[in-house]
Amino acid sequence: MASLPPIPEKRSGFRLFLMTVLGRSYPRVIGMQREKSWLFFDTFLPMLGVAGYVFVYRALQAPEDYIGFVVVGGAMTAFWMNILWSMSSQLYWEKETGNLPLYIIAPGPMMAILLGMALGGLVATTLRATVIILLGSLLFNVQYVVVSLPLLLLIFFVAMVALYGMGMTTASLFLLLSREAWHIANLAQEPVFFLSGFYFPIKNFPFWLAAAASLLPLTLGLDAMRQLAFATGPSLGFLSPAIELLILVALAAIFLVAARWLLNKMEKLAVREGRLTESRR
Amino acid sequence: MNRSVPLRSLLTATWLGWKIESNWTDPLLFAIYSIVKPLAAAAILVVMYSIISQADFQSPVFAYLFIGNAFYQYVARVLTGVSWAIIDDREHYRTLKYIYTAPINIPIFLLGRGVAGFLTSSFAVIITMGMGMIFFKLPIDLKTVDWGLFLLALVLGIFMLAMLGLLLAGVSLRVAQHAGGIGEAVGGGLFLFSGAIFPISVLPAWLQPVGFVLPISYWLELIRRALLGPLALQYSTFPALSNVQLLGILIAMTAVWSVLSLWLFRVLEHSAREKGNIDLTTNY
Repeated sequence: MASLPPIPEKRSGFRLFLMTVLGRSYPRVIGMQREKSWLFFDTFLPMLGVAGYVFVYRALQAPEDYIGFVVVGGAMTAFWMNILWSMSSQLYWEKETGNLPLYIIAPGPMMAILLGMALGGLVATTLRATVIILLGSLLFNVQYVVVSLPLLLLIFFVAMVALYGMGMTTASLFLLLSREAWHIANLAQEPVFFLSGFYFPIKNFPFWLAAAASLLPLTLGLDAMRQLAFATGPSLGFLSPAIELLILVALAAIFLVAARWLLNKMEKLAVREGRLTESRR
Repeated sequence: MNRSVPLRSLLTATWLGWKIESNWTDPLLFAIYSIVKPLAAAAILVVMYSIISQADFQSPVFAYLFIGNAFYQYVARVLTGVSWAIIDDREHYRTLKYIYTAPINIPIFLLGRGVAGFLTSSFAVIITMGMGMIFFKLPIDLKTVDWGLFLLALVLGIFMLAMLGLLLAGVSLRVAQHAGGIGEAVGGGLFLFSGAIFPISVLPAWLQPVGFVLPISYWLELIRRALLGPLALQYSTFPALSNVQLLGILIAMTAVWSVLSLWLFRVLEHSAREKGNIDLTTNY
């Protein structure tokens, strides 16, 4: 049996953390380059949904900005799907395929593995979302009136940090799940599309429903981005973009801290209850 | 009891499909799970409609959209239920090779796996329609509904969807990668082209012919006509066609697609056996 080459330099502390992050994000980004057909499926399927809702608005003779709302919302669905299926459920998949114990016995911290998954997923999904926005805008002739591009990009970035922090938090919860993981992830699709206002402004919700929905980072992120990118956006916004940005910063901090705390707790619980290697098909 | 092979295959697959679908949790959570998704999907359309129309729920446009969306749940669940059985049994449970060696009828076994999807989607359709009638006063009078036409169209439609699912199952047998995405892509495409939530005439002219060759377009129109009566004609994809003409087209299309699906399934299945795809696992 061929022996592995010796490790030239043993890493620890922050360098180990960073190498683990990069190591786990690598297959996500490179995998997409190697299997380009994913790009087709991950953009084509959301585009079908986007087109469906666009034609509903066209049938109802809605103002043209609503078509843009659907295109931007449709692009954001890629992030939510990535959170559900490639973040939250990921540790469950790893358990099913037998990789999870390998993660646990490797020297890299689990938090870095989750962060690597998030980073890789974010990069890959941003590419897909960009393609959806470009295609949707061209196909349906969407007109943007961007008020402040730096603020728009900042809000997108903070919303993504909060969203992926939420994904890391739920990933640790999914560590304990078995067969029900798939169903729970599946269940969280349409209700979140509805609550986060992927296809309409949440200002149309009663205030307290919109406020509750704002706990999902995409809700405020989308609302703020629409306000900054469309002519009628400000009149249809829930809160001002500045306030929404502040709330998103708070959500990002809460979710990242919660992810770290929950991961430690759930990992210990999963070890104690022997759930790390179970595979109940 | 000595049952025939097709009947035994159907009953066993139905029972197995139901267990896979439902026994991961307790009945209450399963019931909630079965209705939350479709209700949320309906709620998206309701809010979109109410924003633009100032909540005019008595309009035939709303009835068109709501009923089409509610009954489209059958398309997603029955069609993909049949084809997903291939992915599930081959990749997840890794039992497809054993199923092929068992004394059963494979196409009927696969159709049986779709029955569970039919049962759960029926539950969701009833709840969705009930909510529509109670909260949005959908203009459906249960005393004037054409129940004969409704039941005939429903049975024909479910049969047609199951046979289309068999076609997809054949394709899934031959495809290793992305097999899971096939059902989703077809379901999404049919949603767009079949006039489920907007008339086909809203599509660009060059895309409309796609909708006209899909039996689902005629099926959804018949369901609306049976439930709404003359009101359905005020906002319709096929205003020039009578109920009898629509029924005739649906029967003819169901027959053609069924024969085509069964034939293609056999061809693809034979090819899958030749290529060694029956026990393929990719972890993809």
